[in-house]
Amino acid sequence: MTNFSYADGVRQAIAEEMERDPAVFMIGEDVGAPGGVFGVTKGLWDQFGANRLWDTPISEEAIVGAAVGAALVGGRPIVEIMFGDFSLLAMDMIINQAAKTHYMTGGNLSVPMVVRMVTGTAGSTGAQHSQSLEAMFAHVPGLKVVAPSTAEDAKGLLKSAIRDPDPVIFFEHKGLYVGRGGPTGEVVEVAPIPFGKGKVVRKGTDLTIVSYLKTLEYAQQAAEELSAEGISCEIFDPRTLVPFDRAGLRTSLQKTGRLLIAHEAPTRGGFGAEIAAYAAEDCFELLRSPIVRVGARNTPVPYAPVMERHTLPSVSRIVEEVRKLVG
Amino acid sequence: MIDTTGSVDARTPVSLHEGLDLFERMLLIRRFEERAAQLRAEGLIPGFLHPYIGQEATAVGVCKALSVEDVLTSTHRGHGHMIARGADPARMYAELFARTGGYNRGKGGSLHMIDTALGFLGANGIVGGGIPIAGGAALQFKRTSSSAVAVTFFGDGASNEGAFHETLNLAALWKLPVLFICENNLYGEFTRQSDHMVLDNVADRAVAYGMPGVIVDGNDVLAVREVTREAVERARRGDGPTLIETKTYRHRGHFEGDMARYRPKEEVAEWMARDPLVTFPKRLSSEFSATETDLGDVRTRVESRLETAIAWAKEQEHPHPEDALDHVYVDTLEGAALQ
Repeated sequence: MTNFSYADGVRQAIAEEMERDPAVFMIGEDVGAPGGVFGVTKGLWDQFGANRLWDTPISEEAIVGAAVGAALVGGRPIVEIMFGDFSLLAMDMIINQAAKTHYMTGGNLSVPMVVRMVTGTAGSTGAQHSQSLEAMFAHVPGLKVVAPSTAEDAKGLLKSAIRDPDPVIFFEHKGLYVGRGGPTGEVVEVAPIPFGKGKVVRKGTDLTIVSYLKTLEYAQQAAEELSAEGISCEIFDPRTLVPFDRAGLRTSLQKTGRLLIAHEAPTRGGFGAEIAAYAAEDCFELLRSPIVRVGARNTPVPYAPVMERHTLPSVSRIVEEVRKLVG
Repeated sequence: MIDTTGSVDARTPVSLHEGLDLFERMLLIRRFEERAAQLRAEGLIPGFLHPYIGQEATAVGVCKALSVEDVLTSTHRGHGHMIARGADPARMYAELFARTGGYNRGKGGSLHMIDTALGFLGANGIVGGGIPIAGGAALQFKRTSSSAVAVTFFGDGASNEGAFHETLNLAALWKLPVLFICENNLYGEFTRQSDHMVLDNVADRAVAYGMPGVIVDGNDVLAVREVTREAVERARRGDGPTLIETKTYRHRGHFEGDMARYRPKEEVAEWMARDPLVTFPKRLSSEFSATETDLGDVRTRVESRLETAIAWAKEQEHPHPEDALDHVYVDTLEGAALQ
């Protein structure tokens, strides 16, 4: 049984890429000696020193702007946004600047930058520390959007993100850190994982569940429960939202003909809507039932645990919706 | 040391040749902009223009104090900075005309023009947008022990943006090699400075971040060059950033088409008398013995260069509609997946 954790994956990807390429550096709030608010990068400061980990004032726009500027002149910055919600203070740098630089300069400049966003709820983290904003970034041409669900994927995809020539928004779900300890130090070798290649994490025949980040775990638990009832779920983890593995989705729907999409972000305008549109555009003839989305209800994330449970997707909601579809 | 309270004595010896070169560069900007406005009226330029006319001494004074390794970020009013840095007017016109021969292959236009060979990292459509980016370039220079300096131009209006304040704090904290050049032309878009901030001087804001703030006559090219040199030396020594406020004036509206009726006539007249393209040639004659022939030759060269540039730009091809799909990403992967 391996102890290799999601946090290990992130930390090792950064460390190995820093070893490989002296241009790689990290910048963000408390990323220095403290190792970040979740301790994910703890120890890197001792290993690589202050010139590789720039511990900043609380100034998100200047932080991301610094990464953009450094990237334009040869740096390979990794920004840590302590809580993804705070990225909203840096939107000009992400959306007006980084995302468009390559395009509006006619290909003359590029911004090879990774913005690590700690996303989702850790339980009662409230409306301004729990949002799942991936659909907003996926909407913007010029950005790539990555959403790993496992320790191995976190490591392999982050390595690819750091080597990528374009700006990459890299979501890390805090529910995949919290309660699982910080980095354990156990090293697992993982090669860079190419973007745009999804993964079937459970094989099945009755229906395909597409899910990512923490919600993927709920989907897996739901599939386990449903298998006891004789319902066979296939689970497809796209791993990257932009680019999206449309061929992989089609392959799965060829087997199942039914699609349920589960994510923590609010359902309305969530990335699930895009996935549903891909399925409708590419696989209409394969579908034998309506596409169902299980996302958060369309509210800010509430504080009280009972209300939070009521709004966010859960194992039982996924089970219930699958039963309705397949039953 | 830089005088943080007042103007700088610009008595560095200047040769006639140097003086004429500064004049030529300023005139090239002035005439580039005047011709651009005409060409826009003729329908050759589809988008926005924010003419730099009136502020030429600042761009030229700053750029003449820099080295080839240095980089710059600019504003929506960026043509002057770019020409001062040495950009090719032909490729600039081609970009304004939205042709493939333009600096950005017709994808950027006036607001996003770049010249990577000159370290010109871009005009910017967002007020204050270039400031954090210059901070980042300076960070990379510091990280790699480069002697290069980053320079960012912005206006009095941008000094009210969060990006300005966040970046000044960060740059002072880390002693980054960056120059903050505030061209105070008295107006943030249509709003007079006294209606958008309490302080008389943007440079006074430097105190809040622990860096020197210098005020200079932005219409005096020699004075601007002098204060910039001192700030560049300071940055290269590792002593950190400087905020330089150049007091200047835009002769036209915020953008081409804005009649700028919000400005008092007396104010306009006062500043027109200080037009650097009027005062500097006079100074060249009185202090540097420039002859009418010297000045006339400069004028002829500028006109000829611009007409050649315009003719070249007009010959450049229009992009194909489907070129719009290129350059969204560096990495094309499987193109369809990214579309």
